[in-house]
Amino acid sequence: MKSAGPTLAIARNTFTELVRQKVFFFLLIFALLIIGNSAFMAKFSFQEQFQMLKDISLGAMSVFTSLIAILATANFLPKDMEDRTIYTLLAKPVPRYRYLLGKLLGIIALLACATLLMSALFLATLWLRESTVLAETRAQLATASPEEISLAVKEVTDATFNINLLPGIAIIFVKSALLASLTLFLSSFATSSIFTILMAAALYFIGHLQATAREYWLSGVEVEWWSRVLAAGVALLFPDLQAFNLTDDIIAGTAVPLALFLNTAGLGILYVAVYFALSALVFSGREL
Amino acid sequence: MNSRKIAALVLLCCFGAAVLPLQSSLQREAHAAHFHQTALTINLRERIGQAGFLAALSGFRSPLAALLWIEAHTAWENTEWGRMAGLFETVTTLQPRSLPYWDMAAWHMAWNASIAALQNEKQPSEALRIRAQRAYIQLGKDFLERGIQNNPDRPQLRVQLGVLLRDKLEDHCAAAEQFFQASKLPDAPPYAARFAGYEMAKCPGREREAYDYLRKLYDEGEKQRLPSLINLLREMENKLDIPSRERISSGIPQS
Repeated sequence: MKSAGPTLAIARNTFTELVRQKVFFFLLIFALLIIGNSAFMAKFSFQEQFQMLKDISLGAMSVFTSLIAILATANFLPKDMEDRTIYTLLAKPVPRYRYLLGKLLGIIALLACATLLMSALFLATLWLRESTVLAETRAQLATASPEEISLAVKEVTDATFNINLLPGIAIIFVKSALLASLTLFLSSFATSSIFTILMAAALYFIGHLQATAREYWLSGVEVEWWSRVLAAGVALLFPDLQAFNLTDDIIAGTAVPLALFLNTAGLGILYVAVYFALSALVFSGREL
Repeated sequence: MNSRKIAALVLLCCFGAAVLPLQSSLQREAHAAHFHQTALTINLRERIGQAGFLAALSGFRSPLAALLWIEAHTAWENTEWGRMAGLFETVTTLQPRSLPYWDMAAWHMAWNASIAALQNEKQPSEALRIRAQRAYIQLGKDFLERGIQNNPDRPQLRVQLGVLLRDKLEDHCAAAEQFFQASKLPDAPPYAARFAGYEMAKCPGREREAYDYLRKLYDEGEKQRLPSLINLLREMENKLDIPSRERISSGIPQS
């Protein structure tokens, strides 16, 4: 535990520093987005309202966590070098990989907090809207039979909270941690934060096409050799980010089997660990 | 490039190769659980534009579908039925497992657009107005049928198709079949089984089968013994000349 001390201190410091940079101000935008969304949606049927509230809120959660992961990670190494903090830190008996691990853990802690806060805000809005719609439904069906009332109530509750939303949100977090680790790997050899951000954004899009490239390569279709080499390169070098997009189908009511959730989360954690190990390898030989 | 960077690149490729079977098996697992089944085709690319297609590819299918749905709602407020149909087509392609989109798209087409077409004052020919009305009803039916194809495990769209066949096309035999199929699926509403019987009773040649089916529901107990079911059974008992000892309890008051 004693040896974990410096790593945790760096993690804590990174987290505090990011909070002081007012990163959480994005929550205001998120709140405005979902509250504004639910006010605007009043003219739609309740099924449409809940569907769109979930679509937009989970989509925004995915965008915000991905942006925080890329921007916060791409920025810390050039900033520490500019402030010369990194020299003070590495002059102490702190191995370079511990410095990177501390930074990554700090960013992952920030992503966890951001995901939790956004989830709380989203679920509270969903619950409030559900309560309103349920009260309206009960008032409209005051004279109806108990069977009709229970059917109508079930229809409303089925359209709002779905337990599968929770694994969906957890996978959004895992994907953001993966992006943070991938950006860390890029920044371990990059010379500027702009380069890292641009590369990470490009990898984000390519990563979503990795599954298509992989299938193309492995399907054995007769194509030009260079086309096959390109597909193989994409499949081998980039992560399969499409595997982490479960929320689109979860919102539509598809249930997530436990094995699928665990395997997806496991793959994400494996990516995080491997990208971190590669970052440590490259960073250990970098001239500062 | 120093040796560590080269080593990192080689290790990255080795890891990529090692993880390939895992990724493929995860993809199969996801497909089996109805995930990632949206076909992002060139046709869709033409409909949603380059930016939209990029968003759909990057895991933002559902927010994109929500935004297009809002656009469709605006088209509805302006009674632009053709534009609405096109937007519904795109939204349901982006989110094929989302029941409200199929359901509402079908309702707008088969009910709102079809009535608007029938009452279209700009079209003097009644025959053409009726033809347009039928085309919109058919479009609504088509949305529900494709919705069912994409969601064979869920009863809601089958129930809606039954309602459309009953109320808009008066095809009671087909409606009975849809309600019956819906009643067999998990989470089916209890009225689906009753509706199947009511429609079967209106299907020529299936009256006796309908009576037996409804009688079976009646025998299930109080929960199914609604006034409409009892009245229909009595009516059918008279029509089919069912022996008095086999008729439903005479203790039930006539309504």
